[in-house]
Amino acid sequence: MQQIATTGNKGKGIRSDCFVTLELTAQGGIQLEVESKVEVMYGDSIRSETLEILNFFGIDNAILKIEDTGAIPLVIAARLEAAIKKLIKTDKDWAPKIIEENRYTTAKDRNRFSRLYLPGNSPSLMINAGIHKPDGIILDLEDAVAPDKKDEARFLVRNALCGIDFYGAERMVRINQGERGIEDLNYIIPFNVNLILLPKCEKPEQLYAVNDQIKIIQKKFKITDPVWIMPIIESALGVINAYAIASSVDNVAAMAIGLEDYTADLGTRRTAEGNESFFARSMVVNAARAASIQPIDSVFSDVGDMEGLRQNVLRSKALGFDGMGCIHPRQIQVIHETFAPTTEEIEKAKKIVSAFHKANEKGLGVVSLGTKMIDPPVVKRALNTINLAVKMNKLAENWRESYEQI
Amino acid sequence: MNKYDKLVTNAAGRIVPTEINGKPAIPYMGIGKYKPEGYRAAPKIASCADYPNDGNKVIPDLKAALIKAGLHDGMTISTHHHFRNGDLVATQIFDIAHEMGIKDLMWYPSASFPCHESMTKYLDDGTINRIEGSMNGALGRFTSDGKMKGLGVLRSHGGRYQAVQDGEVHIDIAVIAAPTADPFGNANGVNGPAACGLLGFALADSQYADKVIVVTDNLVPFPCIPWQINGNYVDYVVVLDKIGIPEKIVSGTTEITKSPDRLLLAEWSAKFCYEAGLIYDGFSFQAGAGGTALSIGIYFSEILREHGWKARFARGGSNKYLVKMLEEGLVEYILDGQTFDLDGVRSIRDNPHHTWTSPFTSYNYHSKGNFASMVDIVILGATEVDVNFNANVVTHSDGYLLHGIGGWQNTLFGKCVILPVPLFRDRMPVIRDEVTTLCGPGELIDVIVTERGIAINPRRPDLIEKMKNSSLPIKTIEELKEEAEKICGKPAKPKFTDEIVAVVKWVDGTVLDSIRKVQLKS
Repeated sequence: MQQIATTGNKGKGIRSDCFVTLELTAQGGIQLEVESKVEVMYGDSIRSETLEILNFFGIDNAILKIEDTGAIPLVIAARLEAAIKKLIKTDKDWAPKIIEENRYTTAKDRNRFSRLYLPGNSPSLMINAGIHKPDGIILDLEDAVAPDKKDEARFLVRNALCGIDFYGAERMVRINQGERGIEDLNYIIPFNVNLILLPKCEKPEQLYAVNDQIKIIQKKFKITDPVWIMPIIESALGVINAYAIASSVDNVAAMAIGLEDYTADLGTRRTAEGNESFFARSMVVNAARAASIQPIDSVFSDVGDMEGLRQNVLRSKALGFDGMGCIHPRQIQVIHETFAPTTEEIEKAKKIVSAFHKANEKGLGVVSLGTKMIDPPVVKRALNTINLAVKMNKLAENWRESYEQI
Repeated sequence: MNKYDKLVTNAAGRIVPTEINGKPAIPYMGIGKYKPEGYRAAPKIASCADYPNDGNKVIPDLKAALIKAGLHDGMTISTHHHFRNGDLVATQIFDIAHEMGIKDLMWYPSASFPCHESMTKYLDDGTINRIEGSMNGALGRFTSDGKMKGLGVLRSHGGRYQAVQDGEVHIDIAVIAAPTADPFGNANGVNGPAACGLLGFALADSQYADKVIVVTDNLVPFPCIPWQINGNYVDYVVVLDKIGIPEKIVSGTTEITKSPDRLLLAEWSAKFCYEAGLIYDGFSFQAGAGGTALSIGIYFSEILREHGWKARFARGGSNKYLVKMLEEGLVEYILDGQTFDLDGVRSIRDNPHHTWTSPFTSYNYHSKGNFASMVDIVILGATEVDVNFNANVVTHSDGYLLHGIGGWQNTLFGKCVILPVPLFRDRMPVIRDEVTTLCGPGELIDVIVTERGIAINPRRPDLIEKMKNSSLPIKTIEELKEEAEKICGKPAKPKFTDEIVAVVKWVDGTVLDSIRKVQLKS
């Protein structure tokens, strides 16, 4: 069996992380060396926590080196546990306690304007992600993690789900494709994840497999909180099967499109205008709406071009999407502002909602504005618009008090 | 001579020496409490009879000039940091002193930069006894390790002027690196290959030093227009091939930050100013050089445009972003203390609304008022803040001295002082129970903006009242500290020996705090 394992990251530009080198030995006890950027403040606590973890896993003899660039305790623990599990077989887990702040669930139809992608093996980006207030935070185990780092990323993502305050964002994880993705679920379902992103979805069978495994784990750990699924359509076949995917299992809450892979599959290139993906985007919107779930657009990859992003969001919104991905926190605000209802939309919604309440108060079954009858779906949409406007501070919660009824 | 002696506890509760490098020192007494008496220092009276009638004071080289100026053991030599990390002059002076076997000099820079790291070898071999000014990076580490022979003294830009003016520091030889000069010694910073904007940091030195040497690589025939340094104060002029590295003079932290966390700090700081009513038509602000401070200008601009307002003046640290505000008409005047980039240099040279200031006009506390207290909004950084709003800018939480004070202490007298700081850097919490080194008393610091909430000093009930219904996350400083410690863990304090290695002066020349030698882990 392998005797030396390394995990984590070091080198230029690496912050808030650590690099662990663990060698199991036959005798000599624990030889621990800590090189830390925060030695003065936390050197002693790093040493004692490290020894506690080694003890927990029953390791009595080892040479351990930790090169620390200011990792918080749950990061050090994840790196160390990953290294230990490269060397020994064990059923034990050293998962941190789930913090009170993260004990929230999310509703199926909650707002999902923005979802921020974070590489699953880069702790420095995770710690402050929530302060930028995205609707969702994706800890990515798939494309953003190098193949040889995929095992250790699971521990980091698990610990982040438990211990990093995401300030109300929906906690999402993008798992890997195929078997590895099914295994990924063991590291996240028991640990407080709200939504699973499923990459490269092409047929409903993929969702059955994932959903079955989710159910098995939930039962085993007696978890009753919902775990939603957001399949990502990234191929021509996926587009063709979009409705079957969207309606495959009942906890699919939203369906996204990934245009980088999709355009590659088509043999074309992504352009700013997006004509090449018009069909696919429309298919995803249509399939999602038909299945009563949210259609979510792809990411906009030029993080410096805020105007380009704004235009992209406008096109997205016009096509019928409810949100899109982002790869930099700076994109969040633009996405929120642009997806948010416009002043015009809010004014129109106010009229309809006001008429709706008026009809209710009078006990009328039919809502009308002037001489025009308003259909129920129009009322529902107007109510949504008002809720969103209130949520985004574009409208006071008690707006009706001062609203002049027409 | 002892490095220091006669320790007392000052009004801030800090233990400080009352004898520093053989001279008496006054402990900090509180803000505005120490009343100086007597008269300012005066330089020797000179006579035109001793200077050439044709105005030509050019000497063949720097060594000859230093010898003519009487360089000998124990002298105080001053230099200035307007070339920042591109300075090629300061180290040459000490190379020459070393070569001549001179010992025990006091180096009195207005600031030090990484390009001055080689001075450690002269501190080691006794050429330099100590630095009074700023000890950055490697020089700070050297000091914190207790290797400097004399006691280091840290002063603000205003405090440096005050110390010279009050006779607390007597400069024997001032060497002023000037991008353009004439043979008479008139000099400016706006023209020439090493153009840096302005030479205000050298003003006190030109006025009070016994001997003044102007060093330039761009000698023009008399008159050098404009003159920021008067030739009438100058003894010798030396022409060198190159006095500075242009790309290092006008670089540094002058790009707007791309860090989303810092942008958030900037956005919230600007929002805070707006909601608290600190921004209005005709207001004024101080813009720092850091990335966060620069971005605040961008958010200020948006607010000003939206309302059709203008700032009456901005104090800076000028750079392309501030110049843009001036040229767009969002700011009426830039009162510049230091120019950070080529747009700044161009503007100060060509735009009469962009004018140069000095530590005398802006910061000198022993003066009939100064500009600092007239500024509405002051945005600054800090390495640490404590629960009493005291702040530190010179040492890090590991106890090491790494930065100078700059104009930081002086600008604290602005009407509202805001420190946008991350709640923790990597794992290092910024809000502590007590700052490692006290540089700014909490009475003068009004608001701490972090990415997880904003704390208003309880001494400012007016601001608390105004922000009562704000959408911004207003919290207490204790709540912020707890939040950081929840994430990072409770930090241990750095361990020091009893030995004092440097002191921090307050703007009035009193001793605010002591910096002790860092205890190495055994």
